Amino acid sequence: MSECPVCGGEVEISADPVEGELLECAECGVELEILGLDPLTLGEAPDAEEDWGE
Amino acid sequence: MRVGFLHSLIRKDEKLLISELRRHSDIELVLLNDRTLVFDFHARPDVDVVLERSINHSRAMHALRLYEGVGTVCVNTYEVARRCGDKILTAASLRETGVPQPDVRVAFTPESALVAIEEMGYPVVLKPAVGSWGRLLSRINDRDAAETVLEHKSILGSYHHSIFFVQKYVRKGGRDIRAFVVGDECIAAIYRTSEHWITNTARGGRATNCPVTPAIADMSLRAAAAVGGGVLAVDLFETADGLLVNEVNYTMEFRNSIEVTGVNIPERVVSHVIEAARA
Repeated sequence: MSECPVCGGEVEISADPVEGELLECAECGVELEILGLDPLTLGEAPDAEEDWGE
Repeated sequence: MRVGFLHSLIRKDEKLLISELRRHSDIELVLLNDRTLVFDFHARPDVDVVLERSINHSRAMHALRLYEGVGTVCVNTYEVARRCGDKILTAASLRETGVPQPDVRVAFTPESALVAIEEMGYPVVLKPAVGSWGRLLSRINDRDAAETVLEHKSILGSYHHSIFFVQKYVRKGGRDIRAFVVGDECIAAIYRTSEHWITNTARGGRATNCPVTPAIADMSLRAAAAVGGGVLAVDLFETADGLLVNEVNYTMEFRNSIEVTGVNIPERVVSHVIEAARA
C-alpha cells in the first residue's frame, strides 16, 4: 500500500511495480503514476496529449 | 538477449508485455523511457532489439527512426509507425496495394473539404490524420454541420487540423472487428460493439470474441502487409460488399482481448520480437 498524493487514501501497489506504471486511486479516482521505486513514489499521471494512442 | 522496451507510461498492456519478457530467463529487459532519452545520432543502444510501446506517436516514430539509423532492429519499424500513425498515409498504402477501404478524400482548405464532402454525400466522418482512441472524430450528417466543424477545425485547431481527412460513413450495424496480426498470422479477433457510432473500446465499446474466418485473416494480413507488417491491430468494417479496412494500429492495445479470445497475445508478441532479433 502507498498513500495517494491527491486524497491521502491508500493505493494498492502490485507485487512487481514498474517505474512509469499507471494506477488508479480507488478512493478519489485520480490516475497516478509510479515516479520512483526506491523509495516508492507516486504522482499524478500526465494528461493525455493529442498524439497519444495506439 | 537484451530487449529494449521503448515506453512513455506503463499501462496494463505494457505491464503484460514486461511480465512476459521477464518470464524468459535468457532475456534481459532494458527499459527505455522516452521521457528521459537523449539521442546523439551516433551511439547505438546496447540492446539486440527494441520493442516500441510509446503512447506518443511522434516520440515513437522519431525514436524508431533514430534507433534504426544506428542499426538497431525495431518492432515495429519506423516505416510501419509512419504509415500507421497518419491516417492519410495508411489510406495511401492501402490504396496502392489494392486493399479495400471506405471511400476517402483529403483536402487542405475548409472550402475544398466542403466540396469533397458534398461530392461524397452525407454522412461522412471527419478524422484528424494523427489521433487515436476515437478522439475528435466528427460524424457529419448535413451541410450545416460540415461548415461548422470545418470552420472550427481551421480556426481553433493547430495546423494539423487543417489537413482534412474525410471518410465516407459506413453503416456497420453497431460493431466493427479488430483483428490482431503478429508476423504472418492473424492470431485473434474481437467484435467491438456499441450503441454509439464510435465503437472503440476506449470509448466504451464492448469486446467479444470474433472467430477468425479465412476472410478476416486474409484481409487483416493484406492490410498488415500494406503498411509493412509486424505487430498490428487491423480495424475492419463488415459491409454487404465484404470487409473494408478502416485503420491499422502499430502500438496495439490488447488488454481487453486476451480473456475474450483465449489467446495469450503478449506471449505471441514477445515470441515475434525474439524472432526479429534473431533474424
